[in-house]
Amino acid sequence: MAIDVLGAPVKRVEDQRLIQGEGNYLDDIKLASMVHMAILRSPYAHANIKSIDTSAAKSMPGVLAVFTGADIPYNPLPMAWPAGGSAGIQNNINMPRVLATDSVKWTGEGVAAVVAETAEQAFDAREAIHVQWEPLPTVVEVEDAIKDGAPQLHENAPNNTVFVWTVGDKDGTAAAIDSAEVVVKRRIVNQRLIPNSMEGRGDIGWYNPGTDEYTVWMSSQTPHIQRLLLTAFVTGIPEHKVRCISPDIGGAFGSKIFCYADMALVMFASKAIGGKPVKWVETRRENYQSTIHGRDHVTWLEIAGNRDGEISAIRVKTLANLGGRLSTVGPGIPTTLYARVLSGCYKIPNVFAEVTGVYTNTTFVDAYRGAGRPEATYVVERAMDLFAKEIGMDPAAIRRKNFIAPDAFPYENPSGLGTASGGAKIYIDSGNYEPALNRALVMSGYLDADKAKAEAKSRGKLLGFGLSSYIEVCGVAPSKWIGAVGEGWGAAMWESSNIKVHLTGKVIVTMGTQPQGQGHETTFAQVVSHELGVPMEDVIVQHSDTQGTPFGYGSYGSRSGSVGSHAAVKAAAKIREKARRYAAHMLEASPDDIEIDGANYSVRGSPDKVKTIQEIAFALDLGFSLPDGMEPYLDETVYHDTENCTWPFGTHVAVVEIDEETGAVELSKYVAVDDVGKKINPMIVDGQLHGGIAQGVGQALWEGAVYGGDGQLLSGSMLDYAVPRASWFPKLELDETVTPSPVNPLGVKGVGEAGAIASTAAVANAVADALSPLGISHVDMPLTPARVWGAMQAAKGGQA
Amino acid sequence: MTVPVSLVVNGVRRELSVEPRRLLVQVLREDLDLTGTHVGCDTSQCGTCTVHMDGKAVKSCTVLAVQADGSEVTTIEGMASSDALHPIQTAFWENHGLQCGFCTPGMIMSAADLLARNNNPSDGEIRHAIEGNFCRCTGYQNIVTSIREAGKVMREGAAAPTSTTPA
Repeated sequence: MAIDVLGAPVKRVEDQRLIQGEGNYLDDIKLASMVHMAILRSPYAHANIKSIDTSAAKSMPGVLAVFTGADIPYNPLPMAWPAGGSAGIQNNINMPRVLATDSVKWTGEGVAAVVAETAEQAFDAREAIHVQWEPLPTVVEVEDAIKDGAPQLHENAPNNTVFVWTVGDKDGTAAAIDSAEVVVKRRIVNQRLIPNSMEGRGDIGWYNPGTDEYTVWMSSQTPHIQRLLLTAFVTGIPEHKVRCISPDIGGAFGSKIFCYADMALVMFASKAIGGKPVKWVETRRENYQSTIHGRDHVTWLEIAGNRDGEISAIRVKTLANLGGRLSTVGPGIPTTLYARVLSGCYKIPNVFAEVTGVYTNTTFVDAYRGAGRPEATYVVERAMDLFAKEIGMDPAAIRRKNFIAPDAFPYENPSGLGTASGGAKIYIDSGNYEPALNRALVMSGYLDADKAKAEAKSRGKLLGFGLSSYIEVCGVAPSKWIGAVGEGWGAAMWESSNIKVHLTGKVIVTMGTQPQGQGHETTFAQVVSHELGVPMEDVIVQHSDTQGTPFGYGSYGSRSGSVGSHAAVKAAAKIREKARRYAAHMLEASPDDIEIDGANYSVRGSPDKVKTIQEIAFALDLGFSLPDGMEPYLDETVYHDTENCTWPFGTHVAVVEIDEETGAVELSKYVAVDDVGKKINPMIVDGQLHGGIAQGVGQALWEGAVYGGDGQLLSGSMLDYAVPRASWFPKLELDETVTPSPVNPLGVKGVGEAGAIASTAAVANAVADALSPLGISHVDMPLTPARVWGAMQAAKGGQA
Repeated sequence: MTVPVSLVVNGVRRELSVEPRRLLVQVLREDLDLTGTHVGCDTSQCGTCTVHMDGKAVKSCTVLAVQADGSEVTTIEGMASSDALHPIQTAFWENHGLQCGFCTPGMIMSAADLLARNNNPSDGEIRHAIEGNFCRCTGYQNIVTSIREAGKVMREGAAAPTSTTPA
């Protein structure tokens, strides 16, 4: 009998290769006759291209070809998720071309490419390309970009507006705010971030002239989607002539979901030079300019309620910076994934949001870990604290008072999750928020906050506690909601799994999901081992190759654990059912009389009449003797569309100490109590939370992409962008409540983003709490010593 | 133009002819196929390229191959013996000290450098010692645990029990 590994902290099967340096990341791949590509990128944030002279570059040593935009017959990259989906909202869409042709809209937009025998030769020749530029005026801040007289980026986007999208009850919210006892208003900024996966992106394109087929290796979270987008929308190459492969991926955090110009460029280049494989790997500086950024909202928030702390309305107006052109699902992030969850875990009856997408001369913005939900959580959690402060209420008490009650589920929130037409609704299906809050308060020492603050004050420190109670919509998503109702990209979001039990009884599971460090090879093997009763070491999980895995939508939105594992559970059920019918054939019994206990299939009442799944697979896969109508082989595929998203929740508490002299903020304690449902592997779940929390803390305290007014990225390398370091963190303290998700049979919810969604607001609230004795209610992130010190000086009436 | 460079890499002498501008990391990855050493930045911040040169951790993106002439270099591929993982590798596996794995080789090489100098570091000393190695996945927490546990095993001098199967 195999050991049941479901729910156990099993060591990861991926690690054996990774700890020995035997991983296979994109840049580790070497192919026979492979050559190298370098992309010349715009040094200007806004300019017309007058001419490009590639003649000198073409004669450089080792150079095989030089291309400009005029050489590439492909379409611009596709827009897959306009704001409002198919609901008819005007979206003024401008997508990047594979190489820019007439003008550039941000520093780093690609304008020419060199292919050479070695990477160094390609870099050298790139320097010899001469572009005659006509620089144009630039705008980088959203509030500037929508003003009259601002430099205009695109003819079809007056005032640099991509869209204006609203959600919620405008009049009802206005009435609630107008009649409220207390209204708090505040402008807050959710600054731009650079994802910083430790591995950047890269591609290898190989055109095989013998078959007229392409293979593209890509550091991508979505190889199946990229094959679809690259063929159907960009290149026009038939889909069945292209194979996409994602090798080991060195982190992604959303930045590798998208369709990037370089993917099509390596395909074009390989064919153009006669079929040698062409490798392109971005440098970190390139990554900072040409792989997506995240967040970048300016929001005016209003929160209204009474002096008892009952919140009646929240209204926001948000300007979302989407960059110089759009990334694949850029407009979907600050709309559906942000404003539709603005009320968080609270029963706020009136919600209204107006979101304006804005073009600026900056790198495009798209999904970064959490994608819209951290921005929403930051707004509502700052708002709760600002309101509590205004009426003199305890931040924990105001949260408790406004939580959606445990008996109120399923709960349709007022910002539109449940109001979509067409019969497809998603709703918050389960939750019990107060126990997690209570536990986090106890663990963090919140109940003795006054004593801790006094003790810190005696050391010259201002101590603050910050709460963040969150929900996450993850496990995305029901296709009927995301697609047919027009709430998402023009595609589905089901997931797939194929299970084969081979003649020797070994099991190969292929998945449509695409790991980037989450440990899918371990967790899906745990699930299938549990479902089939076979030892985990007899199960291998494969993924990442459009040849050999069923179509899947890839991994993001904390969906693999919920939607992907559900597909695997259903595929295993089909395997069991076929094995049951074949066991009946082998044992000369009725299928209804076959009992399944792990791997054993026995006749009810005759426990000695038994076949193992391995014996069944051997005979069935050979197919020498088959019952009428049964096909040989134990091989089943499932495409699973989820009924609903999943709804993790929890409360995080951050404790900070601020040096009164310098404004330096130290995160001294961090407590997270999360409810992610049941866990397939608690060790991996904890790791996901650690990493997510660290990224969210990074936003609160240190990180930020900074542009000069001329559109130059000042935080243009790891020298200048504050990637968090080990010594900046305390030990993170985790605990849990467990409310199984009713959406899938394992009761899992997904955990990839939860930490990042909760932690930014917790830390920002802690800093605001620490500064409140000085009369400071809010400081925008990142809460660097300079900013905090400046706010302290201003509050004291000094010179900031 | 190329110049001769002689290295001992993971115990094997290598005679190479390299362009003077080439970095040690390029020679390791491209000429010697030791792709466990990674490149994560272009400004010497991230530490994914960390190897040992004459017993000390260096960022191989910041060493010219010609500067390494005559040196002994150890990369992640040289850490395990023929029949056992290095205790630091084992500790990273057992304590979930990695997720995507891209920073892991450099992190293990930095950890080995630390534990060679201080086999009983505090958590604070561990966190300080890996300042030059970025990880974006783990929040560093399980990396710190892994290095602490590796130090314990190495102090006890016992070979860590190593399994090549999960669970």
